[in-house]
Amino acid sequence: MFDSSALLRQRFAALRSTAELFSLRHVKQSYQGLSVRRNVTEPPFFSQDEGAMLTVRINGVEAYAATADLSQAGLQQALQQAEALARQIAAHSLLDLREHAVPSERHEHISPNFEQSLPNLADCLDLLAAESASVPKDSRLVDWQASLGISRVEQTYLNSAGAELRHAQRFLFPGLGVTASDGQDSQSRSLGRDNFGQQGGFEIIQRCGLVGAARRVADEALQLLLAPNTPSGPRDLLLMPDQMMLQIHESIGHPLEMDRILGDERNYAGTSFVKASDFGHLQYGSTLLNVTFDPTIDEELASYSHDDDGTRARKQFLIRQGKLLRPLGGALSQFRSGLDGVANSRACSWNRAPIDRMANLNIEPGDQSLEQLIGGIERGILMRTNRSWSIDDARNKFQFGCEWGQLIEEGQLKGVVKNPNYRGISAQFWSNLAAVGDRSTFQVLGTPNCGKGEPNQVVRVGHASPACVFRQIDVFGGDA
Amino acid sequence: MSATPQQRFEQLLSALRAALQDGEQFTLGFSAEQSQFIRFNHAKVRQAGEVSQASAQLRLVRDGRQAEQQFTLCGDAELDRQRLHEALEQLRQTLPLLALDPYLSLDDSAWQSHSQQQQALPDTAEVLALVEREAGQLDLVGIYAAGPICRGFASSHGAFGWHQANSFNFDWSLFHANGQAVKANYAGQSWDAAAMVERLRLSREQLAFLGRPAITLKPGSYRAYLAPAAMDEIAGMLGWGGFSAQALATGNSPLQRLYSGDAQLSPLVSFDEQVSGSLSPAFSDEGLPRRDVRLIGEGRGLERLISARSAAEFALTANGADSYEAPCALSLAPGNLPSAQILQRLGTGLYISNLWYLNYSDLPAARMTGLTRFATFWVEDGQIQGPVSTMRFDDTLYNLLGNQLEDLTCERELILSTSTYGQRHTGSSHLPGALVKGLTLTL
Repeated sequence: MFDSSALLRQRFAALRSTAELFSLRHVKQSYQGLSVRRNVTEPPFFSQDEGAMLTVRINGVEAYAATADLSQAGLQQALQQAEALARQIAAHSLLDLREHAVPSERHEHISPNFEQSLPNLADCLDLLAAESASVPKDSRLVDWQASLGISRVEQTYLNSAGAELRHAQRFLFPGLGVTASDGQDSQSRSLGRDNFGQQGGFEIIQRCGLVGAARRVADEALQLLLAPNTPSGPRDLLLMPDQMMLQIHESIGHPLEMDRILGDERNYAGTSFVKASDFGHLQYGSTLLNVTFDPTIDEELASYSHDDDGTRARKQFLIRQGKLLRPLGGALSQFRSGLDGVANSRACSWNRAPIDRMANLNIEPGDQSLEQLIGGIERGILMRTNRSWSIDDARNKFQFGCEWGQLIEEGQLKGVVKNPNYRGISAQFWSNLAAVGDRSTFQVLGTPNCGKGEPNQVVRVGHASPACVFRQIDVFGGDA
Repeated sequence: MSATPQQRFEQLLSALRAALQDGEQFTLGFSAEQSQFIRFNHAKVRQAGEVSQASAQLRLVRDGRQAEQQFTLCGDAELDRQRLHEALEQLRQTLPLLALDPYLSLDDSAWQSHSQQQQALPDTAEVLALVEREAGQLDLVGIYAAGPICRGFASSHGAFGWHQANSFNFDWSLFHANGQAVKANYAGQSWDAAAMVERLRLSREQLAFLGRPAITLKPGSYRAYLAPAAMDEIAGMLGWGGFSAQALATGNSPLQRLYSGDAQLSPLVSFDEQVSGSLSPAFSDEGLPRRDVRLIGEGRGLERLISARSAAEFALTANGADSYEAPCALSLAPGNLPSAQILQRLGTGLYISNLWYLNYSDLPAARMTGLTRFATFWVEDGQIQGPVSTMRFDDTLYNLLGNQLEDLTCERELILSTSTYGQRHTGSSHLPGALVKGLTLTL
């Protein structure tokens, strides 16, 4: 771990610059992707990536240069490129950062069980093959896949103010998916995949529930194929955590990103229905809504000690009892807006600059068991596992779809329905939050695929949530 | 003098050939770029940087087994050779752990392809000065991305492909004080300041219409014109498994009913993967020469995109598709509607410049949802009345490009991908606008 730190420190110290501030962010990452599809092992895929971003500040103007050439000459050349660019854009710069504070902490953060050895590749493939093989033989089961992605990242941040921040993280992404088709209609059921990932060791496989799940997942895909469409009309909506995470992500996370509110993302990811003046005032949802930025849940995907600009991360409420308190804005956004934020300035790798991102964005548990949540619904529907997401560029009008639906009548779970979709408006939806599940319903989930930024970046984000009930939501099914 | 990207690739290839053992076969991909990224907000530079990156992707094949490794190249020939040897060693250790791969397929032709374009790109100072001069008083937000892109491929059977091109992509929006915006783009391989100025002028003109009071529509079915950029969003959704041989064979394609013959689109609709003449490399990421493929002809599903792996799995013939079987140069045939007559033929309805954030609400039914974004206008009797507040649509492709399609425009737009996930992408689409009798708005 950190085997290049000493050399990096030495080379950083030897860099020569006329900038008032400069920094180096070195990222070394590896990935191993394994998959067994329809009982055939797909070619394993490995990757190794390493590089550094040099950032300078000259007369309050910042610019960067990223390179994979980590030699003394290579780093010096990148530093000079960044300096030249900072001077070139000086007359056109939006920001004057001369008064923007510079981090100077020294710290090390390591994922739980980072050094724990994982089963070897053959054992991992055997596990996936066993899951694949336990999908029942049924001509309607046309596609299935068991997969495991393992990612390992080491990052070192150094700056000319003396900061030295290192983190080492390992992420596991187990997944299982089965598609059933009758030639006309197709229905899929999944576990993990884009809806699950955690930091740590092989215990994540157990927490995900991958082992032994294939038969149930396949059976659920077949049930969906035979199920009626979701009926249309307003119903109480019980969202399980693997849909709540998408709901949080799209209609709380993105609208609270400060760089969107400041206009940086208007050409691509979009803007926000939330205004800077709303923080501290806006009643975002019902008083049951408590949303935290929480980097302290060890296994959650975006737990870290400091963000990629060197700001220390700590748990903070973004929304408390429904009231909007603070944005997802890193140190730079806080400097620009004058608002308090959180440590969420993040980059996907060495070749992209940090911007405001979600990290771990969670809903705090309430006080009702799943039985109580269901029992409190007279006419409703349970939905689980996101499969479709669409929301406007201000993150207000949304439509989401799930894999699995189950009607609820008079406090009882009833039949399975397919193509469960619902739509609403963020600014109103959260005020319909009527019940929040307790810790027994709480799950730590996340996704490796949150896209944003120009140039584009995909980052890992964590979402932990209990099951939640929303009153009178517009639900509907599909055409098939 | 430092080595050129092609020389770096060839040096790596020589080192690989020298290290190969009896019975081993390989494919070696190469991807590199030097990119300048300048982000704008309020017509000022929000963030600027330069990125130099290169990577190789090695696939090792032996005894009916295969595995792949991608590794970053640093530019130091000795260190890069060392990384190649480490990758080779890891793959050698991996192969014996694998079962025989029944779908392994290695193209044994020794095809050769070479394309190199080194047209000069504008100086950064020129771009910054132009933005300040032409848009300094406007609320412009967006990104300028430019620089050389290289792709290489070689195999142990002697295939060799090289693609190198300088390109730029300036993608921006102009915002009115009321929050409405118009989006525009200027991209290509040959920079012409006058053309950029003209694009800015056209977007400024549209901005004037956005100052009118916004119109809010109720859900329902509306006559609509979808401009090529809006059509590009729909085409992008179809690219997401629509034409994929694997997705079609496993119930995961939104076009399965079209390809099974159970459904049809309008006879006006003919889609091609039109690689020839596009800006994409002439070879796929799997190392097969790409070829033009007619995907939909006069509303009927025809050929599909077939990778080498799908060809082996489903007893088909590979046709140069990438491993993900997504089109890289999708083209929709033009129709009969002159662009000058769009408003007149639309009469009363929606003029939609762009769509946003599409997804499937019912995939097997090709039913998709999404939103209007950027310069969507309400038109009455051929006259623009004002901008329309954001609306959601939810409709099937069999309506939009089927029984509700009235015409496609005679003129088409070449739209170059603005995607920079991981690297600057080279995909494109060539699309007309579409006049539809009814588009279902739901929220």
